[in-house]
Amino acid sequence: MTLIGLLWTVPLFPVAGFLLNGLLGARFFPKKAVWVIACGAVLLSFLVSLGAVVALRDVGSLTPSPGAAVDARAHRVTLTLGSWMPMGRSADGSELSVDWSFALDPLSAVMLLVVTGVGFLIHVYSIGYMGHEPHPVFARFFAYLNLFMAMMLTLVLGASLPVVFVGWEGVGLCSYLLIGFYYDRMFDEKTRMSCADAGRKAFITNRIGDVGFILGMLLLFVNAGTLDIQGILAKTGTLGPGVCTAAALLLFFGACGKSAQIPLYVWLPDAMAGPTPVSALIHAATMVTAGVYVTCRMAPLYLKSPGAMLAVAVVGALTALFAASIGLAQNDIKKVLAYSTVSQLGYMMLAAGVGAFSAAIFHLMTHAFFKALLFLAAGSVIHAMSGEQDIRKMGGLDRHIPWTHATFVIATLAIAGIPPLAGFFSKDEILWAAFNQRPLGLLLWLVGAGTAGLTAFYMWRLYVLVFRGEERFDDEVRHHLHESPRSMIVPLAVLAVLAIAGGWVGIPEVAGFRNLLAGYLAPVLGAGEEAARAAPHAPLFEVVMMIVSTVIAAFGLVLGWVFYERRPEARVRLAESARGLYRLMVNKYYVDELYGKIVLAPYYALCRAAAWFDQWVVDGVVNAAGYVTLATSYTSVGFDTYVVDGLVNLAGYIVRGFSWVFRKVQTGIVQTYATAMIFGIFVLVSAYLLARGH
Amino acid sequence: MLDWYTRNALNIVTFLPLLGALALLLIDKEKKGLIMRSATWIAFADFLLSAPLFFLYDAGRGGFQFEFRRPWIPSIGVDYYVGIDGISLLLLLLTTFLGVISILSSWTAITERVKEYYVFMLVLQTGMLGVFISLDFFLFYIFWEAMLVPMYFLIGIWGGPRKLYAAIKFFLYTLLGSVLMLLGILAVYFYYPKVTGGTSTFDITEFIRVLGPLTDPVWLEMSKWVFLAFFIGFAIKVPMFPFHTWLPDAHVEAPTAGSVILAGVLLKMGTYGFVRFSLPMLPYATRYYLPYMLGLAVIGILYMLGVFALNQQGLYGGILQMINHGLSTGALFLIVGLIYERRHTRMIAEFGGLSSQMPIYATLFMIITMSSIGLPVLNGFIGEFTILVGAFRIPPAYGFSIPWLGGLHIGGMFWAVCGTLGIVLGAAYMLWLYQRTMFGKLDNPENAGLKDLDLREIMTLAPIVLCCFWIGLYPKPFFRILERPVTEIAARLQAGEAAGQTAALPAGAAPSPASAPAPPPTAVASATRVPAR
Repeated sequence: MTLIGLLWTVPLFPVAGFLLNGLLGARFFPKKAVWVIACGAVLLSFLVSLGAVVALRDVGSLTPSPGAAVDARAHRVTLTLGSWMPMGRSADGSELSVDWSFALDPLSAVMLLVVTGVGFLIHVYSIGYMGHEPHPVFARFFAYLNLFMAMMLTLVLGASLPVVFVGWEGVGLCSYLLIGFYYDRMFDEKTRMSCADAGRKAFITNRIGDVGFILGMLLLFVNAGTLDIQGILAKTGTLGPGVCTAAALLLFFGACGKSAQIPLYVWLPDAMAGPTPVSALIHAATMVTAGVYVTCRMAPLYLKSPGAMLAVAVVGALTALFAASIGLAQNDIKKVLAYSTVSQLGYMMLAAGVGAFSAAIFHLMTHAFFKALLFLAAGSVIHAMSGEQDIRKMGGLDRHIPWTHATFVIATLAIAGIPPLAGFFSKDEILWAAFNQRPLGLLLWLVGAGTAGLTAFYMWRLYVLVFRGEERFDDEVRHHLHESPRSMIVPLAVLAVLAIAGGWVGIPEVAGFRNLLAGYLAPVLGAGEEAARAAPHAPLFEVVMMIVSTVIAAFGLVLGWVFYERRPEARVRLAESARGLYRLMVNKYYVDELYGKIVLAPYYALCRAAAWFDQWVVDGVVNAAGYVTLATSYTSVGFDTYVVDGLVNLAGYIVRGFSWVFRKVQTGIVQTYATAMIFGIFVLVSAYLLARGH
Repeated sequence: MLDWYTRNALNIVTFLPLLGALALLLIDKEKKGLIMRSATWIAFADFLLSAPLFFLYDAGRGGFQFEFRRPWIPSIGVDYYVGIDGISLLLLLLTTFLGVISILSSWTAITERVKEYYVFMLVLQTGMLGVFISLDFFLFYIFWEAMLVPMYFLIGIWGGPRKLYAAIKFFLYTLLGSVLMLLGILAVYFYYPKVTGGTSTFDITEFIRVLGPLTDPVWLEMSKWVFLAFFIGFAIKVPMFPFHTWLPDAHVEAPTAGSVILAGVLLKMGTYGFVRFSLPMLPYATRYYLPYMLGLAVIGILYMLGVFALNQQGLYGGILQMINHGLSTGALFLIVGLIYERRHTRMIAEFGGLSSQMPIYATLFMIITMSSIGLPVLNGFIGEFTILVGAFRIPPAYGFSIPWLGGLHIGGMFWAVCGTLGIVLGAAYMLWLYQRTMFGKLDNPENAGLKDLDLREIMTLAPIVLCCFWIGLYPKPFFRILERPVTEIAARLQAGEAAGQTAALPAGAAPSPASAPAPPPTAVASATRVPAR
């Protein structure tokens, strides 16, 4: 149990590295301490992972303990650290609760070693690559990189969907932060896209996918009563086909976001705004494969729904072809590799969709090796070229940077699928599985094989434009041209070895070997494999297909050589004759523009309409109520002033009128009174006399 | 000592700020430093005094605790009756917590009429705390209204350029709502003795106990009107569409601390009102108006969606999200206030590239942004996720049919799907805001000399950030505190709804408007049937 019991420390080491470098690195640590902490944390994770994976081999002898469950049949150990979200009971009284739990089984073991292994190499590479950055930037970079590792490892180890989702969103955050790492720089002058824009685009596109992921989770939670992955998978039989299909498709939509499949792939090419080690680690080798990983992790769910499987296969195949065709016409070294990554992820999805889950993981692994190598070598090229990324301004670099050149050639041959390099075996396993799919097998195979040819072609094009032919850069660049430091070359060399030999763990049985990787993964992915292997066993045919796909790849290479090195004028003629298609590919089929028109523009219009409605209608009513009140009060003031008070005042005026009269009488002057008295007496006496007189 | 504390804790916590405000009145108004330090200490002492409640509250027992009751106006049955359950406990703690932070954040922001300012802040504190602890409707109403006065002055005196418009709009709008609510309260008050044949009371627990399960047709009909009266009062406070337009004005004009309190605590009172009164007291009417409530909830307020999911998960999430929203939105207003103090403008276009100039500020802003867009490991995710689980369990019958769309039924999971869309949009606008202020080049020369946060400023944000991580990583204590009250309310709603239907339908006492289909008799069955496999 020893090292497996420490599984939870695997993501924790990088968290510690992140906190140390993030909080203190910029101010208190020298550069050396920063990278020692960062690389050391990942190395520790790698070593603990390795120990745990070794210990997992005799899973039968492990004894369960509180918080650690052992499933010997599935080769799985599950650690439960504690309750996370105890949300009470559902209507039927079952407990709805989410735990913090991690699981190690062959599938997560492979992922764990790939992530920590490749991750460590890229950390080492970054020491040299980022070496010239100012100190705070250097510390920030390594802090983010460590945080990414922690999140990726959480994703891989998570035993329940919300824990996987923690990693899922966490890597998204790190991807966002690292794409926009140079947050004050422009990424694409032509479209005025800044690095920060690219990061935001990645985050939001991923969030769109996350809606699917969350809804899928909720659907499973409400119907299966648990979010524990094994708990869900155990209940797939009772969920009914509708729920399975809906949940599988929703989760796949999330995977489309993270693994850059149609229709959500648009963020990945722009993610190249990040520093090149980030492109290698996050946007090629590890994070973008998370969608494939989760799809394979949920394999039994997908197998319950042939419709969802077909959707996965078709989306994967289309993405592979579509992205490869865009890759043909790109001139930025990293963008070519980015489209290549999208295309290769399509392959992995295709494999998962046809039920060859272990082939998907196999390709995920070999791709991690050769694509990380390609990116790191590209980084070395960019480093040597003083930051230039346009392949039209390169050429003839093979003489100047021999190590980078050698490793790049190896990786190119590996991705092209030339035996016996790593890519050949994994790609071939996928193509063979696709061919055996019913009813679309032949079509899927054609798309896959065609993509293989395209891949070989554009990769050789890239190679020739960068390393062969005449030098197309100026003297200033030539003056600074240099091979990269050892901290960058050593990771390249290690990855080159892996890109050569990494495929040998999965040599098909038809060649007389045991497919070690498929055998290792069988306890987890076995069910799917059986379905995939139900196809008629035809060893001779399999060998023929293998040869065919190799020939196609070789043909692509030769074509690339002819067009870009041997007879460039032929290429120009071809580009002229198919100018429309060429422009379409250069402009990436205008998909970004299309999304702008059909999604963003209507959304902004809706926002403006809502703001207008709020300001003029809702608040209009409120203010109108206020004005009506005011008007009423003015009216009543008027009524009060002129009518009610008018009457009151009138009464007053009348009284005052009289008083004015009476006041004349009450003057207080004795003479007046005397006069009045005399006058009064005179009147009274006269009246009396007059009355008497009659 | 402990006994004395448990008996009097609520009174002390509630009235300490008021006493403090009275004490402040005695200080010479020129001694500004003394005034703000005293106010901060008073608020801090209040928080410290309220903190033990979190640990002393017996989550397993349920019901109201720390009760304190004395007759007040016996002739009309008014008691001074206070007590808290898990729901009010969390809101009470949020209030004392944000109280300290908002007062601490005002030190440099408020330079004029300092004494009056802190007096009003402390009085406001008492008003808000009173709302959450009152168990007597009369007392509740008094606190509910009293709270408006200090807020009115805070906006009206220390506010921005349109402060008078905002203050008057705020005051009149909410007053209108509370007057209608008063009518509802009186209706319940006068109806209650008719049921029991006993004396009149304003005791909320009695109303819930007696009227909640009551299935008398007259009451069911009447409860719909009471619900509407309460609805207006609470919806304005929440604020729910279309009663929300007072809020942007109030927020724009209010001083920073006022915005923090407004967003953090005041806005939670509407939701609290629904949870405390409408749901348990008027379960039938709640169910009757549910489609409208859900519709209004998804337009704006995620935690209302949780509350009106009417099940345990929804209520958990809804209440937790109130706390979360109080924390993260409060922090966001603090963040705006910090930059406003430095630049005296809030226009986004004035900023850009601040993260190189103010790295601590930028980091805290990023964490809070992530909290408010619901990134896991932070608090927002826990609330959102729990709410969505609750919303997913809303039975299909809880919805609309739209006749002019061929009887298209909108209900059940539709509400959850609406809720998840906010996940994308929230991320979109928050990241856009963050990018325009923090990223890019620092090209405005006025921003070049900006100082990063000092210790006091960090002290206002750091506790909130810590709480965000606490709730995100280990929310179990919160779920436990909410467990009993929430299950009780959910059970009342189920029972009330079932009883209401059996009683109301045969009597024909529930004529439904054409657009809201009467719940079919199977609704209850489907409500309890969801995962019954």
